[in-house]
Amino acid sequence: MKNPLDSLWGTIISGLVLTVILYFVVKSLLT
Amino acid sequence: MEYFPALARWIHFMAGVMWIGLLYYFNFVQVAALKAATADGTAAGITKHVAPRALLFFRWAAVVTWVAGAALLSDRFVDAFLLRQGMAGIGMGAWLGTIMLFNVWVLIWPNQQKILGLQPATDEEKNKARRVAFLASRANVMLSIPMLFFMAGGWSHRALFGL
Repeated sequence: MKNPLDSLWGTIISGLVLTVILYFVVKSLLT
Repeated sequence: MEYFPALARWIHFMAGVMWIGLLYYFNFVQVAALKAATADGTAAGITKHVAPRALLFFRWAAVVTWVAGAALLSDRFVDAFLLRQGMAGIGMGAWLGTIMLFNVWVLIWPNQQKILGLQPATDEEKNKARRVAFLASRANVMLSIPMLFFMAGGWSHRALFGL
């Protein structure tokens, strides 16, 4: 499998996906 | 004393813009430019004159950003890093920024020194260093996306989290 960090779009999409995951983690800690 | 947090926030923003701005310069501009410059034999212009200066401001801006951010958290520093007492939002941003600072000083800078010839290294070591520095830099671009989300909204826009 290709490393997503080898392409800029893969890097950006990975960052957006990570944002969504961490958002729900933080939300569950705050509420 | 209201001046201190305002000053810390101002410095945190300025240094943060320089740090992340240079990170984006490396990833969005220099990587592709270096590939093209290597192909036409002009890479030395970048590796000798641009990259070392950019790396100098990059790594020290990272330190200033972190220190000013820690000063801004002040007595809530521990709560932020333990993601407790309603500080989980900004604390997540602080954790991501801290991981990025680690990447700069432990993975990117030592390997860039080998790549740029500032530290002696064999060709094999340079190739390995190139890959590690590249992936650490790309990981920081990836981490910067949630980091900026939590920095921007983690404390001052708490409605985002249903508070």
